[in-house]
Amino acid sequence: MNRNWLALSTFVAMMVSIYLIFMYAPTEATMGDVQRIFYIHVSLAWTSFLAIFIVFIYSIRFLASRDRQLDIKAFCAAEVGAVFSTTVLISGPIWAKPVWGIWWTWDARLTSAFLLWLIYMGYLVLRRLIESPEQRARLSAVFGILGAVDAPIVYMSNRWWRTQHPAPVMGGGESSGLDPQMRLTLYVTFAACVLLFFYLWKLRCELERTQEVVESLQRAPQFKEVS
Amino acid sequence: MTFFRQAGAIFWKDVLTEFRTKDALTSMLLFGLLVILMFHFAFDQADSLQMDHYGPGLLWITFVFAGLLGMNRAFAGERENDSLQALKLAPISWGAIYLGKMLANLMFMLVAESVILACFAVFFDFNLLPRLGRMCGITLLGTLGFASIGTILAAISMNTRMSEVMLPLLLLPIALPLVIGAVNATAAIFTDPPGEYLGFWMKFLVVFNIIFVTLPLLLFDFVLEE
Amino acid sequence: MADAPVVRLDKVEKWFGRTSALQGVDLTVQPGEFLVFLGRNGAGKSTLLRVVARLVRPNSGRVEVCGIDVLRHPEAGREKLGFVAHSSYLYRSLTAFENLQFFARLYGLSDAEDRIHKVLRWVGLEKSALRPIHGFSRGMQQRLSIARATLHDPEILLLDEPFSGLDLEASELLGGWLESFVANGKTVLMATHDLEQGLQSARRWAFVDQGKIAEELTGTDAHIRDRYKIFLKEKRRDIF
Repeated sequence: MNRNWLALSTFVAMMVSIYLIFMYAPTEATMGDVQRIFYIHVSLAWTSFLAIFIVFIYSIRFLASRDRQLDIKAFCAAEVGAVFSTTVLISGPIWAKPVWGIWWTWDARLTSAFLLWLIYMGYLVLRRLIESPEQRARLSAVFGILGAVDAPIVYMSNRWWRTQHPAPVMGGGESSGLDPQMRLTLYVTFAACVLLFFYLWKLRCELERTQEVVESLQRAPQFKEVS
Repeated sequence: MTFFRQAGAIFWKDVLTEFRTKDALTSMLLFGLLVILMFHFAFDQADSLQMDHYGPGLLWITFVFAGLLGMNRAFAGERENDSLQALKLAPISWGAIYLGKMLANLMFMLVAESVILACFAVFFDFNLLPRLGRMCGITLLGTLGFASIGTILAAISMNTRMSEVMLPLLLLPIALPLVIGAVNATAAIFTDPPGEYLGFWMKFLVVFNIIFVTLPLLLFDFVLEE
Repeated sequence: MADAPVVRLDKVEKWFGRTSALQGVDLTVQPGEFLVFLGRNGAGKSTLLRVVARLVRPNSGRVEVCGIDVLRHPEAGREKLGFVAHSSYLYRSLTAFENLQFFARLYGLSDAEDRIHKVLRWVGLEKSALRPIHGFSRGMQQRLSIARATLHDPEILLLDEPFSGLDLEASELLGGWLESFVANGKTVLMATHDLEQGLQSARRWAFVDQGKIAEELTGTDAHIRDRYKIFLKEKRRDIF
């Protein structure tokens, strides 16, 4: 999709979503207005899981074809996904403290979000610590696959564990028991976050590709003589 | 069949080498004992009810950290005379290297864990004997998963500048479901009557192991490539 | 199958990040040849050997060993090769015998014990067979490394700077073995930056520079020496 159209649709979606969050969605009975951050928090969380799945797909495709472009796509998806993941961990406590009086709760969703963040960090640190570009691409693709397969398992195991040791759950089940207006707001916000992800991903990929072009020019014989 | 023979040769070589030097086993055992000592001072274990509650978790924390120590051994030992190259030069499928090393890691961890478990039972007055069979089963399943992910991640970490730090960073998030499953299963066998979730968590561990023994086997070639 | 080449490289290229290690290399080696790759450090000699051994995966091009496409069937190709490098590729805490026993098992060799004894005798390490090798000198380790590489009776021996760190006596021994290896109809490919070592026994030379085979020659020692000096002068760059 053309970058400008993507930017425009993201902007529009975000505007609509903000309107819905603040104007349209009803005020939650027990939690009050602070609850509205829930729409962003959950949407970001879902998007960060979507992102690791994208990393998974592109890591597999890279290993199959060795096309550098696919590695760039996987890497950039991981970077943007990591940013989204970080915001989930920040927005969680912002919501939890005024509502429940505690900064953090080890419920299934938040714990899995934390683990997912760690997987992203592992992926990014791994890339930083490997010198050779080919190795970097290959090894992070392998880890990306392992991490992405693990992420849903982490979530499920946390849920099953939590059914044995109940703890405060943030926002109830997935989108169960939600007022239809709230549900609409959530879905629109999620769509806006996904669009934002794709936009940022596209931007980041273009930046990375430009860097590659510069490097390949540096490789060219004409430049060797000059340096 | 040749695949298993080759993995077997590598397994045997790793065991023989470790038997000569005893580096990894000693450090794993000593570390485990030190952790037990720390737990004694950190938790008031005069209250045995507390121990029943925290025991399984503490046990598996000890297993995990001792295991991390041992995991580094897998490829560190090949660095010395660059002998990993010799393995890669052999007319074998590189997956056999993974399998052989994973089984060796598994064996060393199980040996260390048996001793650590015995010490736990003694120092913290766990009534282990009537539950020994089930405990062994859980330990085997948990350790197998840990060894299989650990081996491939150790191979990956080996290529980074700070490999000893990289391995736990990569391994712990991925091994977390294992810890959840193992701790819950262990806790289940210590309640009287045995907790109803025991069967569930055992099945969970089995499925996890199937996924995370197969995946590394498929991906290992990519890790060893140059 | 009279003159099927035993090694063939076709337009092989390999990059490591920004550096181009091999640029479009074409090479054909006939059975029974002793070919030496000469060139500066970093010229691409090691990478060339490692591509033949399929340790390194080329970015493009075709590699054949004894007619086998090594990229598609790496295991079959490696069966025909023995590799000796600067590192010994051996396990310190095991004895010489145990080391070879391991490799025999790994390679699936029948009558392993006989082979091991034979090869230990050949490199003169029979008496030290039961000693752990961390006590071995560099020369002994290199000898055992050769034993390891020839245990499975490979068609082709690849050597990467094998003489480095060896004293005169060990070097002469090594040279002698390589000659007898070739005399038995096997092929040797050796990479070295040391001209004198490269002159012993070899009958064909290839000068490698910046990932390309710049020149291939046969001839007398003196002729090769002169050509090599000229080659190095021409290719001189400021190296920092």
